[in-house]
Amino acid sequence: MCLAVPARIIELEDMLSTVDISGVNRKVSMMLLPDAVVGDYVLVHAGFAIQKVDEAEAKQTMELLKELAGYDDKQ
Amino acid sequence: MMTSSKDLKRTANFFSREISRLVDRPLRLMEVCGTHTVAIFKSGIRQLLPLEVELVSGPGCPVCVTSNAYLDTAIAYSRQDDVIITTFGDMLRVPGSSSSLSVQKAKGADIRIVYSPLESLDIAAANTTKKVIFLAVGFETTAPTAAATVLAAADAGVDNFYVLSAHKLVPPALRALCSNDVHLDGLLLPGHVSAIIGEMPYQFLAGDFAVPAVIAGFEALDILQAVYMLVKQIAAGKAEIENQYRRIARSEGNPDACMVMKQVYEVEDTVWRGLGVISGSGLRVNGKYRRFDATSNLTVEVEPTVEPCGCLCGEVLRGVVKPVDCSLFGEACRPEQPIGSCMVSLEGACAAWYRYGSGRWPI
Amino acid sequence: MKDERILLAHGNGGKLSHKLVDQLMRPAFSNTALDELHDGAKVTVDRADLAFTTDSYVVKPLFFSGGDIGKLAVCGTVNDLAMSGAQARYLSAGFIIEEGFLYSDLVRIVESMRSAAAEAGVKIVTGDTKVVENGAADGIFINTAGIGVLIEGVSISPIRACPGQNIIVTGFLGDHAIAIMSERYGLSLPVTVTSDCAPLNMMIGELLTEVPEIAVLRDPTRGGLATVLKEIAVQARVGIMVDEATIPVRPEVLAVCNILGFDPLYLANEGKAVIFVEANYTEKALATLRRHAYGSDARVIGQVIATSPGQVGLRTAIGGVRLLDTLANDQLPRIC
Repeated sequence: MCLAVPARIIELEDMLSTVDISGVNRKVSMMLLPDAVVGDYVLVHAGFAIQKVDEAEAKQTMELLKELAGYDDKQ
Repeated sequence: MMTSSKDLKRTANFFSREISRLVDRPLRLMEVCGTHTVAIFKSGIRQLLPLEVELVSGPGCPVCVTSNAYLDTAIAYSRQDDVIITTFGDMLRVPGSSSSLSVQKAKGADIRIVYSPLESLDIAAANTTKKVIFLAVGFETTAPTAAATVLAAADAGVDNFYVLSAHKLVPPALRALCSNDVHLDGLLLPGHVSAIIGEMPYQFLAGDFAVPAVIAGFEALDILQAVYMLVKQIAAGKAEIENQYRRIARSEGNPDACMVMKQVYEVEDTVWRGLGVISGSGLRVNGKYRRFDATSNLTVEVEPTVEPCGCLCGEVLRGVVKPVDCSLFGEACRPEQPIGSCMVSLEGACAAWYRYGSGRWPI
Repeated sequence: MKDERILLAHGNGGKLSHKLVDQLMRPAFSNTALDELHDGAKVTVDRADLAFTTDSYVVKPLFFSGGDIGKLAVCGTVNDLAMSGAQARYLSAGFIIEEGFLYSDLVRIVESMRSAAAEAGVKIVTGDTKVVENGAADGIFINTAGIGVLIEGVSISPIRACPGQNIIVTGFLGDHAIAIMSERYGLSLPVTVTSDCAPLNMMIGELLTEVPEIAVLRDPTRGGLATVLKEIAVQARVGIMVDEATIPVRPEVLAVCNILGFDPLYLANEGKAVIFVEANYTEKALATLRRHAYGSDARVIGQVIATSPGQVGLRTAIGGVRLLDTLANDQLPRIC
């Protein structure tokens, strides 16, 4: 029930944006995320942006997971 | 997320080892969300978990919990000459009492697969003599998109677009699960539903039922980390709602999306396959937008509902039995010729078990 | 031709039929066998060991990024012959055209066929054209049958798969299916993603000359890589283990798969080959493939193993294992 992908907003006019997902573009409705701006990373589901990606949290998660990879060496 | 494949394996190994270290008895953890079911099989996570940890699928597959009556209604509408049905691909092969949308399509019914409900409006504009009915299935991740489509239709003055709602809400189903005799040691909560509703609606799990739960993302490492967090809680005797998926599921969710849902929909009691009627667990179009509700405006004759004999979808959805325990599994009921909805939906537990085996490779 | 659309009369064997063949097919496919215009073409082959195949092409849309139904019709049959270990020589082309079909579209399709046949070094020596009433066919259907000469010393068969062999894939998977599907769902792709439709016979011919020990060849068309591997595993009663980290899929293709809910392992390819070869010949096979434009990204993706006969396992990025099965139903965009 939850197929959604992160995408970057590259164009935005009224409630319609164009997003980029690894080079693939699509028009996405911003009706559920009216405060997003160009450059934001958003989660796209069924043709709508449904939430913003919190980049600080994303970075933190990635760093933590990378750090844990280091612990495996020490076994 | 991770750049190097070696790092991925190392981090996975870390979680795998820690989980093994912490587990000292058999544990039943339920992944509520069907997308989690598929992600778990596709990434081969069970291989990395100790045998004591059992991952059980829950009722989080909106296709699987949709009643036959809903399918029969959709099929009945599709038989009308002036109707175009728009639907997500998920619903196409689900069997109703006597047919399916895919069979009706082969017979000439105008049934169109859409990626977004908004495409229904384009179709409505291009076919003004027809009635376009969108099959609004899905949980809180998808319901706002259908609601927004209704708002857009209202804005544009579209008068030939309708919604047949089968939307359901996750928290009430979790309450029903915990209230029944289903033994669960922990819950993996749906990350994208949580992106919409936030953390608050799950607090009762800890408060009323003392069941630990973790909101989880969908990458393999997200799921592994969430299982690790659950196992840690259980080992420490805790029961809290934790959030592994903070980068997407904020604690307050998406208030704008919730507002859109409230504008168009109202809550009702509804039937979940396998769980029966759950109060306050469904969404129907409210009074203000009733002109977009299919059943309120378009007459249709629906055949009497027939439930398949021997089908254990209900028990599977509650996590009471495994798909292999159903006598129809793999024989009479297979993805190419499904009897129950758990076998049709790609994320139905039965379909996943059939496709991916038991999840443990013998090597 | 002054007439803009194909009429029923173009398929009735009379004046308009002759005109169509004379003005379009003959100049495009020109060769002595075709020019004789008998019911059957008389051709000569050097040896008696032949491969013979046929396929019908009904793809929609007819024209897509990287090709069209015509190119597909030639390449598909040429590749089937190549996968049998044969060098393609002669093709037949049967057209079933819907009344009202645009003549200019037919010209484009025939030109694609001419061009693909020229690249593959094959001749289209006989054919047929029928026109059916409006609504009785979806635009155009094409059938091609092909004859090829088996390459000496070569014995390709799925039952020759055996433990210890490496499994090679000649390049990126999923491009064709995604190129075809994306427009339907409002996705615009970068130019890097086009159908991979291509005639592989030259590349495979050279591979088989350099490494006649090649055991199995298959092109992962409908059903994709996973289906092909499962079929071979079952036919040969062997186990197969492939490594997710080595299977080449473009990030753009993966993105579309994530958006629509597709699995790249089950997507159709029209210009790729799956090759089973003994460990000691693998380097040579890779070197030969990589010299060709259609094989520059060739790599080993897995092995045939001694255990779990009939099963295909995928070692996942996190080190787990996933079972692969045959494609049951066509993939559809989903929200779940």
